[in-house]
Amino acid sequence: MNMISDPRERLVVIGNGMAGMRTVEELLKHEAGQRYRITVFGAEPHVNYNRIMLSSVLAGDKSVDDIVINSREWYDDNDIRLFVGDAVTAINREAKTVTAASGLSVPYDRLLIATGSRPVAPPIPGLGLPGVCAFRDIADVDKMLAAARTHKRAVVIGGGLLGLEAAWGLKQRGMSVALVHLMPTLMERQLDAAAGQLLQRDLDRRGIAFFTDGQTEEILGVERAEGVQLADGRCIPADLVVLAIGIRPNIDLARAAGLDVNRGIAVYDDMRTCDPYIFAVGECVEHRGQVFGLVAPLWDQARVCAAQLAGDETAAFAAQALSTSLKITGVDVFSAGALMAADESDDEITLRDDSRGLYKKIVLRDGKLVGAVLYGEVADGQWYLQLMRDKADVSGLRERLVFGRAFAEAGSGEPMGPDFVAMPDDAQICGCNGVSKGAIVGAIRDKKLSSLSEVRAHTKASASCGQCTGLVEGLLAFAAGVDAKPAKKTLCDCTDAGHDEIRQAILTQKLKTMQAVRAAFGWRKPEGCHKCRPALNYYLLCAWPGEYRDDSRSRFVNERVHANIQKDGTYSVVPRMWGGLTTPAELHAIASVAEKFNIPTVKVTGGQRIDLLGVKKDDLPAVWGDLNKAGLVSGHAYAKGLRTVKTCVGSEWCRFGTQDSTGLGVKLEKMCWGSWTPHKVKLAVSGCPRNCAEATIKDLGVVCVEAGYDILVGGNGGIEVRVTDPLVRVATEEDVLEHTGAFLQLYREEAHYFERTAPWIARVGIAYVKKRLVEDAAGRRALHARFLHSQSFVQEDPWAERAKGADAHEFAPLPAFVEA
Amino acid sequence: MDLVWKNIGSLDNIPVQGARRLCFGHRGRPIAVFRTGEDRVFALIDECPHRKGPLSEGIVSGDAVTCPLHNWTIDLTVGRAFAPDEGGTPTLPVRIVGGEVHVGLPLAAEEAA
Repeated sequence: MNMISDPRERLVVIGNGMAGMRTVEELLKHEAGQRYRITVFGAEPHVNYNRIMLSSVLAGDKSVDDIVINSREWYDDNDIRLFVGDAVTAINREAKTVTAASGLSVPYDRLLIATGSRPVAPPIPGLGLPGVCAFRDIADVDKMLAAARTHKRAVVIGGGLLGLEAAWGLKQRGMSVALVHLMPTLMERQLDAAAGQLLQRDLDRRGIAFFTDGQTEEILGVERAEGVQLADGRCIPADLVVLAIGIRPNIDLARAAGLDVNRGIAVYDDMRTCDPYIFAVGECVEHRGQVFGLVAPLWDQARVCAAQLAGDETAAFAAQALSTSLKITGVDVFSAGALMAADESDDEITLRDDSRGLYKKIVLRDGKLVGAVLYGEVADGQWYLQLMRDKADVSGLRERLVFGRAFAEAGSGEPMGPDFVAMPDDAQICGCNGVSKGAIVGAIRDKKLSSLSEVRAHTKASASCGQCTGLVEGLLAFAAGVDAKPAKKTLCDCTDAGHDEIRQAILTQKLKTMQAVRAAFGWRKPEGCHKCRPALNYYLLCAWPGEYRDDSRSRFVNERVHANIQKDGTYSVVPRMWGGLTTPAELHAIASVAEKFNIPTVKVTGGQRIDLLGVKKDDLPAVWGDLNKAGLVSGHAYAKGLRTVKTCVGSEWCRFGTQDSTGLGVKLEKMCWGSWTPHKVKLAVSGCPRNCAEATIKDLGVVCVEAGYDILVGGNGGIEVRVTDPLVRVATEEDVLEHTGAFLQLYREEAHYFERTAPWIARVGIAYVKKRLVEDAAGRRALHARFLHSQSFVQEDPWAERAKGADAHEFAPLPAFVEA
Repeated sequence: MDLVWKNIGSLDNIPVQGARRLCFGHRGRPIAVFRTGEDRVFALIDECPHRKGPLSEGIVSGDAVTCPLHNWTIDLTVGRAFAPDEGGTPTLPVRIVGGEVHVGLPLAAEEAA
């Protein structure tokens, strides 16, 4: 390299983290950015990654590769020299050079310090033991994951954002987790006491043990960490101790170089330190007495710093109102601004609904919104934040404001939904990445973007936590106009109508045959196709129970022949085992059938029953006949309907069981078997929160507790694992049955064909499901009654009918008679 | 081409918008006879051009059948897959005589001689 002949100015960046690299990215957007030869030093041995997503890596939602922001190629493509795993150890302001641990010394014209922060480590004995770590970088996550593989018990110290996400991630990785927090309630800097208690209650139900008011005195252990000793005498055994009590700006380097430092490196509005050639951004800085731990202001700093480096001397940083949210699946928390009234002239307005797990508080001062704390339903968070930033006069909305945007604006004659025309260009859409409406609209128009993924790729809006995805989609429709609007999701290519309008027309226009539906909507193919026929058949069956006659010709082969076709054209047969229970007589019958019909494979399924694989089609009716004689019936392992109800042994045998989970599972299965649903449905009942039946990844799971039964819905263990959302806790088995019937009926009536409960709930929202099933008791009972009515027509064993000769043409090939 | 016609019995044995596989094959490959919603009858080698899935188990709409394994759709009148998929399966001649279905099997050259 010949530095002399390179006419560019030398920019050296200390710190390869989010703030430093964002500044470089912003700088490269400026034409003047080309004037720099950029060199980056990173202490970690990695390329630049998204530190806020480490909790998602820990929880298993993302891989390390997923959170890389800029790959090696990006550095190469932009002609950036990158030194990873080489921390800068000294800055020489006289000579204008930096020196790294490796001894490498590099001159600079401009220097950017982005050294971030480090975990606070209080003087507790035992901190140096193996098995103790912080939660700050990839190396920490690797340590935690290694511990989770070989050890059982984790203690997290610190009940703030980071500590809670660490605790949840370790819980997801199968450890038993306790959390120690110094204060009486969790996240006390972001949540008021009421919201903090709700959060603790929900996480407690998910199996995290809390030790609040807990002052850690010592980490016990000889070879490695063995436990945590609290000052009040409590002692918690632990194989892994994670310290997450806060962060502190990394200022040692700056201090040693003689720069002004307080808590952080002091910077002016232009992001310069007291040395005009040296800038600083990120968690290491202090601006007007404030230090920063959230990502949104760092993006603003990066933008300002880049503009200054590019020669725009007017760019200035001003701290804005900030919001916080927690990345724990199914726990929705939002907070911004003041947590409570500061004095008597402030107003607090609170809405609390315990059965829905909902809490909202807003704080008003002089007719303006100055704070919001939301728990359970956070969709309006960004709206509240914008009202705060705009310092909008909300006195006209005062009585309605706490009920959320839709209600507040409906009452005031303001437009419903986001009004993108009126929205100012600097309105922030994506809080994680600091992307404004103007930036998104500009990118959509200039680069002719037409999909969410393109907008994400170009602007990073909604690319981190995803909470603003809906807004970004709305902006895409708004900015790209009608042409680029995502195509309407139609039932199939035969029609322009969507699922919901067809289902509605079936009811309101009393359409009772497929032909009638196709005629009403002007189907392009008179007989439909393989996509719409099964869907219409199901919709009609659901709408007109006992009246519409099932059309077997519109069913996929498995549902038509009541067995699962295998890749070689043979079938599998799975008899029902109620709640996973069986008897010696049933096992004898299964064994005899397998021998008699030379069935090659007999396998225990994941749903606690037995699969007979490789049955020849002609043999099916005889196989079923023999199984029927032993009392075995179809397990509907082939159906878009109830598959299994998985159970653990519960209080009858298990020393931990709190209720009769097996018995309840059998009752549920007896109620639900035979039902047709939009897609397959799997249930489970666990007898205690240890959850051996894996109820939290089922379409509906029940977890028994001493006080009753927690009902959870919308889980899925398939391609995209989704943990259930809690629906409600009920007291009796009868309540469980009623809620289950009502849930299945709501799913039957409102989900799209081929849509599992997980994407359905993701689409309509758990709040909607709660509204229909928890808040509206009369509606719930009506749904349950409709479910039972529908069940009265379908609970006949399809195998018994066919063993007796029904649909014989399905099973035997046609012989030739005589030569013609 | 010389054919041997096989009588496979009444049309009523085949479900409307459905198919039956035959007890005998053609040169070792299975045969399916389809009956459409408008009572048109077609005989094809019962192998999807994709992975040899049993077309006789598919959903019949109009003059097309969709393979149950991976949803390829085959034009019953010519045995070809609809675009974008490519490929086909042989068809066999069919005639209806007095309500009974006859399937014609081509004789190999040496058999015809």
